[in-house]
Amino acid sequence: MSVSHANLQIETRADQQYFIFSGLLTLSHLSKIETQLHFNKSSEKTQKMTFDLEAVERLDSAGAMMILSRIRKMEGRGYECTLNFSNQEFGRLLEMVKAHSHKEKSFTADKISLLAALGKTVIQSLKTAMSFLAFFGQMSIAMFHYLSSPRSIRWKEIMFEMNESAIKALGIVALTMFLVGIVIAYQSSVQLKLYGANIFIVDMLGISILRELAPMLTAIVVAGRSGSAYAAQIGVMKITEELDAMRTMGFDPYAFLVLPRILALMIMMPILIFVADITGVIGGMLISNIELGLSPALFLDRFAEVVDIRHFWVGLVKGPFFALLIASIGIFHGLMVKNDTQSIGVNTTKSVVEAIFAVIICDAVFSIIFTNLGI
Amino acid sequence: MMIPVIVAENIVTRFGNKVVHNGISLHIKEGEVYGLLGPSGCGKSTLMREMIMLETYSEGSMTVLGKDVSNISPSSAQELRKQCGVLFQSNALFTSLTVAENIAVALQEYTSLSQKLIQEIVAFKIDIVGLNQEDGRLYPSQLSGGMKKKAALARALVMDPQLLFLDEPTSGLDPISAREFDNLICKLKEMLQLTIVMVSHDLNSITTTLDRMAVIDHKKIVAEGTLEEVMAIDSPFIKTFFTTYSKYLR
Repeated sequence: MSVSHANLQIETRADQQYFIFSGLLTLSHLSKIETQLHFNKSSEKTQKMTFDLEAVERLDSAGAMMILSRIRKMEGRGYECTLNFSNQEFGRLLEMVKAHSHKEKSFTADKISLLAALGKTVIQSLKTAMSFLAFFGQMSIAMFHYLSSPRSIRWKEIMFEMNESAIKALGIVALTMFLVGIVIAYQSSVQLKLYGANIFIVDMLGISILRELAPMLTAIVVAGRSGSAYAAQIGVMKITEELDAMRTMGFDPYAFLVLPRILALMIMMPILIFVADITGVIGGMLISNIELGLSPALFLDRFAEVVDIRHFWVGLVKGPFFALLIASIGIFHGLMVKNDTQSIGVNTTKSVVEAIFAVIICDAVFSIIFTNLGI
Repeated sequence: MMIPVIVAENIVTRFGNKVVHNGISLHIKEGEVYGLLGPSGCGKSTLMREMIMLETYSEGSMTVLGKDVSNISPSSAQELRKQCGVLFQSNALFTSLTVAENIAVALQEYTSLSQKLIQEIVAFKIDIVGLNQEDGRLYPSQLSGGMKKKAALARALVMDPQLLFLDEPTSGLDPISAREFDNLICKLKEMLQLTIVMVSHDLNSITTTLDRMAVIDHKKIVAEGTLEEVMAIDSPFIKTFFTTYSKYLR
């Protein structure tokens, strides 16, 4: 006959308390017994305690640990404890557990105060900023060397990265900007109709898309798509020691991994923005036709008349700068990955968030400069 | 008579068109240290992964602790997993948790014991694998290779498993740490009455720790038995593999 659970019977006779265990005293059946022991009240008279393991069928190290820890506690309170068993195996196990146990051990991490946590975060951020500067400096030096000897330029890698991070992004960039063009045109047509200023939708769409919306949205899509990919790829390469392997073989990671990505994105970003310009304007044109009755011919006529070419160039010029920020932040976070899996996730997230943030700041700076220059 | 813990009958494993095992049969008895040997790529690790239900075989039958692993309900599979501890070749410690948390995670998940008792069990496991109590607070990335192995072993042992699977336990360790690890395995086997299944290439561990072994070559088992029995068998792999060993002895 086998008892499928662990059981504990507590009996009190005179000044003795008996704890009679039976069944499987193993890890998966222990919790009931533990609570039973925990809430057991001994009467005033009790001086001796007997732990009886005669009826136990199986005992594992966790069960042995629980009983020994209980006995230790009770002896500490001045009770006289005896342990009853006849199984030699149990004796051996109990001996072993006793020899290797550490009482009252706690592995919970020390709590740190709010102030200390704040200080830590600030220092950490400063350190990250410093190491980004160091990375940027190193990258600039590498870029200088790289471009000063044109024969060392790795066209194959650059072409590959152009395809990976720009050509393959054309579809999503075009679609996103087309939809944004539709949304903007739709919202503004309602307002413009009120004043009968239908034709001004061309001015509005032309300037806002060419100058701001297309570059910004392209940068955001690329940051989410390629910036994160750079961080993850290079981060994994760091964990698997591929970067170290490259270094020992004399392949400079900057020449092989960093610069091709940055250059490819800097070259391709204006092209992506150009495509975004086209699809954004097409989206706007479509809605102008449907909502405001502006024919495409009229729309384009007006477009050529009121939207200056400088707006187009302003949008395009921002491209390489955004690309530099996105690619270098992505790669930097890839290189910051430490030797554990979690830091890949953390750094990939950071790369996207920080790249978008940096792009917005850069855009604001451009706005100020261009306004002051009167462009 | 000893009860077989794992019985495999005519296991055939195919990956697409590639046949990895073609009719493998073996039985592993309770309380022994059993080795799976063979040249690289012969499917030792695959066979072990089939035993712990990480992969499935194409034909044949395999019972682990009396349960047929190819035809098992999710709940009894879960029960079986609790009775098996696995030490992976790359340790597979959870990098976001400290050593103590790595060991405690199964206890937190599967039992409702008090935190105090869980901490005590963790301290005990840390002690029996020969780590210092202070190491419990460290993260895996702060440990040396040998310490990681020990921490992963402590995690494998936390549920007091009956069966312990080791995938190349001494790979990546220096000879001294490797011998220490072999001794540790033998000691733990005695102390906790484990049945151990081990994939190994390390001749030293093979000769010192294994009770019985199976040699897989050309998709079949070419030999099964004790070291003497295996060495008596005429097979090119066994010959080249163990000649190095006999040279070593001289």
